[in-house]
Amino acid sequence: MSDRQPIVVAGNHPLFAGQRTISKPYALDLVGRLANGFFEWFGDLGIFFWKVLRAGLTPPYEWRELVRQLDEVGSMSLPLVAAAGAAIGIVISMEARYSLSRFGAKSMFSTTLVYSVIQVMGPIMTGLIVSGRVGAGIGAELASMKVTEQIDAVEASAINPYRLLAATRILACILMLPLLTLAADACGLLTGWFAQAMVEPLSFHQFIESGFKGSKLNDFLPPTFKTAVYGLIIGLIACFQGMRTRGGAAGVGRAATNSVVLASLFVILADVVLVKFILVFFP
Amino acid sequence: MAAAYDIAIKHTEPELDSGAPVVAVEDVRKAFAGHKVLDGISLHVARGETLAVLGRSGTGKSVLLRLIIGLETPDSGSICIHGQDIAGLAMDRMGEIRKKMGFLFQHAALYDSLTVAENVAFPLEHHRRDMSRSERSDRVMQLLAEVGMDRAVDKMPSDISGGMQKRVGLARALALEPEILLLDEPTAGLDPISSGEIDELILKLQRERQMASIVVTHDLHSAKAIANSLALLDRGKVVIEGKFEELQDSDIGFVKEFLKQS
Repeated sequence: MSDRQPIVVAGNHPLFAGQRTISKPYALDLVGRLANGFFEWFGDLGIFFWKVLRAGLTPPYEWRELVRQLDEVGSMSLPLVAAAGAAIGIVISMEARYSLSRFGAKSMFSTTLVYSVIQVMGPIMTGLIVSGRVGAGIGAELASMKVTEQIDAVEASAINPYRLLAATRILACILMLPLLTLAADACGLLTGWFAQAMVEPLSFHQFIESGFKGSKLNDFLPPTFKTAVYGLIIGLIACFQGMRTRGGAAGVGRAATNSVVLASLFVILADVVLVKFILVFFP
Repeated sequence: MAAAYDIAIKHTEPELDSGAPVVAVEDVRKAFAGHKVLDGISLHVARGETLAVLGRSGTGKSVLLRLIIGLETPDSGSICIHGQDIAGLAMDRMGEIRKKMGFLFQHAALYDSLTVAENVAFPLEHHRRDMSRSERSDRVMQLLAEVGMDRAVDKMPSDISGGMQKRVGLARALALEPEILLLDEPTAGLDPISSGEIDELILKLQRERQMASIVVTHDLHSAKAIANSLALLDRGKVVIEGKFEELQDSDIGFVKEFLKQS
């Protein structure tokens, strides 16, 4: 059999007329290049993280820019996160009432709602909402600065762009994610209780007392503070994608899209690892 | 490595000497993706001297400026600023050298989220923390007045013309009172009157501040007006370097062609 036996890749689609086959060596080459690109991306990300870490831990510290970013990441995301948290609270309340009634476990309603919101839905939902809003914002802003030489201008002005632009944004994401998660949790619990109280009489005091009965601080603190890791992921990936952009307006668009997609993906993957970590170390 | 640079900085930082080159580029080579852009360039600029670097588009003029300010690193050769080789310097060490340099980007590269005044104040806020708010504000107004932009302090970069953006970029480049000024196509894309005004402004600044300047341009008239000497680049090499008259008297075909077409 010849080395160049063709592999059909696109069937008979008219768009691929004349280009319907690729040779085996080409396919291997393609896989090689994809693998190379994958490892190169992680390598570059590691180098970028090291540069940011080194710049961020050494003075002069960019306090004013950090405060600006805390406002941008925190205050500006609060309405969106609160609204999403409120919606999730209502949905969980309705679903839990229905499911628990079927199994005759209605007395578990408050506990189910509290644990579902605080341990599961609040953190991951906040992570994904912030990935979308802040990830796209940071990615597009830094990419736009990159292609218009504004980041070069920062560097030419003897200011370390890793310290001014990246470290401040990443730290703001790390600090703000847990606080936003608390806000989402609070809104979710409030609307969840309200949705239940509309159907059956349940005072807020009763709901809280029953929901948190027998729970420990370890049940709630690790799931809330794990979102600091989401913050690191979102900030790091968005800054990395933004600051390595090439290619004008199309590059800016790609950077914004990639920031959101990759940050969301890694937040979900990190959640898998962190849940296991919490179950092992904070039983 | 960092310790070695510490020692080098302490011992090699010279006193300003008008005769010694402030910027010394020696046999610098730079390629991108296998394509040679600069192929053994050597240039020297002393204090108070203005060197114009001429050449066709894509001959590596802007890359040369980016190498001098450390935004790119040369593949080989050395670039010395005040006798200090900048190759391999860490970003913060390079920052100390960059404080002595002003850079005007080809498209000005103003921060589009800041006003004109905030753009000029930006380097001062980061490097002159000893300045009070009012002192900084006075300094910004003085710089903007020098470049004729003191009536546009609150405007955003997107609200002013290309020529005005270059003036603001120049004011920002001058904010830290640099000893070296690097100008990338200061008159490109401007009408003849605006070009003339920018040239006059550069000449005025040279007279007043005695900086070492390198101006990258393909505008021969502008180069002739503002530079003490000219270097003509072709295919990554310096074809000729000297005064304008020396270029005029040259027998080199490319030089003749360039002067004829300009």
